[in-house]
Amino acid sequence: MPETVTSPMLKSGTEEEMRSLEAGLDSLQSASSERRGIDWSRVLLPLAAFVVVLLAWQFYVSLGLRRRDLVPGPLDVLGSLGSLWSEGTAQEAVWTSLQRGIMGFAISIVVATPIGLLLSQVRLLRRAFGPLISGLQVLPSVAWVPAAIIWFGLTDATVYFVMFMGAIPSIINGLIAGVDQIPPQYRRVGQILGASRWEMAAHVVLPAALPGYVGGLKQGWAFSWRSLMAAEIIAMGGSLGFGLGSLLEQGRQLSDMGIVMSAILIILFVGILVELVVFAPVEKRLLRGRGLLAGSTR
Amino acid sequence: MTELLTAETESRGGADGASRAPAVVLENLGKRFGDGAPVLEDINATVQQGEFVALLGASGCGKSTLLNIISGLDVPSTGALEVPADGAAFMFQDSSLFPWLSARGNVEMALKLRGVGKAERRVRAAELLDLVNLGHSMDKRPHELSGGMRQRVALARSLAQDRPLLLMDEPFAALDAITRDLLHNELERVWRETGRTIIFVTHNVREAVRLGQRVLLLSSRPGRVVAEWAVSDEHRTDPGAAGALTSDITARLRQEIRKHA
Repeated sequence: MPETVTSPMLKSGTEEEMRSLEAGLDSLQSASSERRGIDWSRVLLPLAAFVVVLLAWQFYVSLGLRRRDLVPGPLDVLGSLGSLWSEGTAQEAVWTSLQRGIMGFAISIVVATPIGLLLSQVRLLRRAFGPLISGLQVLPSVAWVPAAIIWFGLTDATVYFVMFMGAIPSIINGLIAGVDQIPPQYRRVGQILGASRWEMAAHVVLPAALPGYVGGLKQGWAFSWRSLMAAEIIAMGGSLGFGLGSLLEQGRQLSDMGIVMSAILIILFVGILVELVVFAPVEKRLLRGRGLLAGSTR
Repeated sequence: MTELLTAETESRGGADGASRAPAVVLENLGKRFGDGAPVLEDINATVQQGEFVALLGASGCGKSTLLNIISGLDVPSTGALEVPADGAAFMFQDSSLFPWLSARGNVEMALKLRGVGKAERRVRAAELLDLVNLGHSMDKRPHELSGGMRQRVALARSLAQDRPLLLMDEPFAALDAITRDLLHNELERVWRETGRTIIFVTHNVREAVRLGQRVLLLSSRPGRVVAEWAVSDEHRTDPGAAGALTSDITARLRQEIRKHA
């Protein structure tokens, strides 16, 4: 029988030699964690892109193809933004909408998180309600505005109801997706380490699902902000405060393109600001801490 | 051929310590999944307390299933087993560290789930990481560590479980040769310092001879203990003795595999 047994493994080297060998390997093989200062390209590049868009807009307007009152240029919009600001209308609208948006989003998180956890852990509930939740996420929340006006009249309740119908399903879905994507090995380790059901949820499932959950929150915020704007545009008057959507609708009623464009830009900037100040840092921290950002374009 | 040296092994066990009790006893253990062919059949084995047993077998011989049964993650279909009441620590082929925790955090998690208080957790985790020579990288996340370092953290974590029995499922299979040699030394040292009972599953004959006091050969489909060798210190230091035993076991392993040709 042709036996080709390679040489056996032998015990070799003193304790001291092994220790230094190991230390050498450790420093060769582990990644050095470097810290960098502020990356200016993150600030300058978006600004440059913004300037390019402004220039293209100004160029198009200066061609004079359309009436100026229908297609105002950047400077015209800046002018009406300025007058909205000095009247205090802009601040009032931003404050009203942001207040509602944050309030509605916070309540949505509080409601959606336990429901999402429950659905992701209990098969019966998941099978029963999963499709309904997915359906609700696809259904445009604006579709609830007429019903909400009939039920609640022109009050804040209408606005909040529409926001909940937009945000809650998407947060629930994000959390469920996050839990579904947990590698089964993590639960096995939890089991081996003797985690109870509650400890498993708190120390294994929730942290492991965190990136998916934050993704769901981000989408939930987008849905609630959109729903809020839609609700404010459609439902005006009554005891409702004056929000950004209301400002937009007022601009339309006055046929004042300056106000319309100003409102659109403010809504856009609030969206960008929340992304840059709240979600981007949280997501980045989360992903970098798990070694998931290497090689990404982020 | 040094086969089925049960008598010799027992006398060795007696020489090491007369008061030794068996840590794990497997009696006519069998396992089948659903209506399929049995994965394990009629397994009989005894592991003494503080013993280091290498469980050797080709891929697909049910080694992992056997470990799962011993650890309580799975139940046998037939037969009986006796294991420590407080369960076993487990080390997997991949380190299975939680990526959102640092090396220290991962070790502390094992302590936390055992109910160790916060201050003691910190101290104990540092001690255990020092034991595997990782005192310098305690605050690194798993992705910042090399494969070998991750396995050492996993070893520290399984020691943190503080169970007398440690089950290891091919923990060094995915490592490079230099790192593996190092970890063999390290594991041997940790075993001597902590007095754990270790069942080490591998498909690598040389690794089994390098580490085990006893090597059990498991046949494939169905898995059954078909041969057993005692390994002395001479087999670990003398190239001649080590080579002879290694080729002996390899021949027997190949013979088992050929049966399925």
